[in-house]
Amino acid sequence: MRILVLTKPVPDPAAGAERLGPDFRLDRAASPTVVNGNDEYALEAALQLVEAQGGEVAILSMAPANAVETMRKALAMGALRGVLVTDPALEGADLPTTIRVLAAAAAAESFDLLLAGLDTSDGQGGAVAAGVAARLGLPLLSNAASIEPDVATGRVRVRRISAKGYDVIEAPMPAVVSCTQALGAPRYPSLKGIMAARSREIATRSLADLGDGLAPGGGAWATRVVGAEKPPARAAGRVVKAPPADAARELADFLADRRLI
Amino acid sequence: MPPLILAVGEVADGTLTRLSTEVATLARSLAEAAGGSAVGLVVDAAPDAAAAELAMYLPRVVAVASPDTAGEVWAPRAVAEVRRLVDEGVSHVVLGATADGRDAAGALVGLTGWGLLANADGAGWDGEGPVTVSSVLGGKAIVRSTLTAPAGIVTVRPGAVAAEPAAGAGAVESRQPAAEPATPAVPVLDRVSEAGAEASLEEARIVVVGGRGVGSPDGFGIVEDLAGLLGGVVGATRASVDAGWIAYARQIGQTGKVVKPALYLGLGVSGAMQHRVGMQSAGTIVAVNRDPDAPIAEVADLFVVGDLFEVGPALAAELRARRGA
Repeated sequence: MRILVLTKPVPDPAAGAERLGPDFRLDRAASPTVVNGNDEYALEAALQLVEAQGGEVAILSMAPANAVETMRKALAMGALRGVLVTDPALEGADLPTTIRVLAAAAAAESFDLLLAGLDTSDGQGGAVAAGVAARLGLPLLSNAASIEPDVATGRVRVRRISAKGYDVIEAPMPAVVSCTQALGAPRYPSLKGIMAARSREIATRSLADLGDGLAPGGGAWATRVVGAEKPPARAAGRVVKAPPADAARELADFLADRRLI
Repeated sequence: MPPLILAVGEVADGTLTRLSTEVATLARSLAEAAGGSAVGLVVDAAPDAAAAELAMYLPRVVAVASPDTAGEVWAPRAVAEVRRLVDEGVSHVVLGATADGRDAAGALVGLTGWGLLANADGAGWDGEGPVTVSSVLGGKAIVRSTLTAPAGIVTVRPGAVAAEPAAGAGAVESRQPAAEPATPAVPVLDRVSEAGAEASLEEARIVVVGGRGVGSPDGFGIVEDLAGLLGGVVGATRASVDAGWIAYARQIGQTGKVVKPALYLGLGVSGAMQHRVGMQSAGTIVAVNRDPDAPIAEVADLFVVGDLFEVGPALAAELRARRGA
């Protein structure tokens, strides 16, 4: 079983320092960088599948050149090698370009499963996995709460989270799976894993390596951010410290005033 | 050419989702502002009732009876119908930011190369194209975004606009499904319902959330009781999901769902940033927590310092008494 996991370096949400620069792009210098949370669930699921069935987990990122540091964290969890697509012409890339580039880079690898986080904590668009699957003509199994590949039949079965519970869905491999937290908590890298990651290969690819026409020239992206602001602060709320029955009455009055009951 | 804006509807249990009525209202208002026109689409095994409802909001609705969607994931079939309408002149596609809507939007971007304005909390027309407002970086910034081409895709969060029917009902046009899905079909072998998950969290007007303070699966009893009394839906935090007290499908926050209810009532919710990302744009936020320094106090309109197992039942009793009065 060969599994390729899309891992995006994102500003660490826990650090709380994410911000946009004056050009409304992410200020990458403002915040420490981590592997996107949902991608870590994907990576953990991939590692467990390979541990049970044999095979190899590789990671694929499209990011600035210094992303190798963040990718090493994913390698320390147990991925065997990485591919980093990096090119100055991809700075500020839009979604169609990101999808084209990741699809081209993935097509150059051989895999049974391509896993990705459901969305990323910075952009939160949640469309990359579906776009890459469509570009590659592969089935998309999204919102996965479990992943069960069957090497004998060449098919993969996924529990897809639905509004009511989950749907059991199935498709032939190779296939693309978008992954959720329901797959289980990612492991912490062991000291041995951190040491091993130092010598693992991260191959870098430029746009020229992947082929022509993947990105429009001159940053002519399909979308543009034209303004940014901080979210409006909520007005200071009321604090109630009273015995339960009194507090409940005050709470119910408050809801009634706002016509919520 | 004036824009032709497509609103893609979604069906749950045979009826149009509430978010679809908002998507349709937004598509119509964009078309009016642009001097263009709007059209709706319903793709379902039995689309007629939902298409008729969508036509309350739009001058024209295409209803595709697609028996395959009964036993397959929706997006590959729906995207095939969207692409047919694009071939017929649709310039902009508006979808709900749901699991199916995001899958369809991503596939459309992959197939067409069009730009995507994702997770709009509101949208207007700036003379050349749509301008959307959306929250990024876990709610730390609100950005205004546009398309640079005269075509593109928008996904819309629940509550971005208030649904408003058009002056008169539009025409419904039934058509046969496209022969092939736009991307490989994915069969659904089984659809499993989990207890307590019947109602959609994202569409709920009132959400009652149990956090770490709830303490156990049984502790969700008071959360469920209050949700029932308020006509709301039960939600959860990452802590209560990770503890295994409730299904992940109920989780609100960065790695869960983003909700925008009229009322958010949090019981034993500390208000970690990961959770606030998913609920801070609620109309009214009320929280009950023993810890007076819980971060949820920073966003709560009313913050009760108290034990949820005392205040919760007292509130339930108060609500029952008022209902009886």
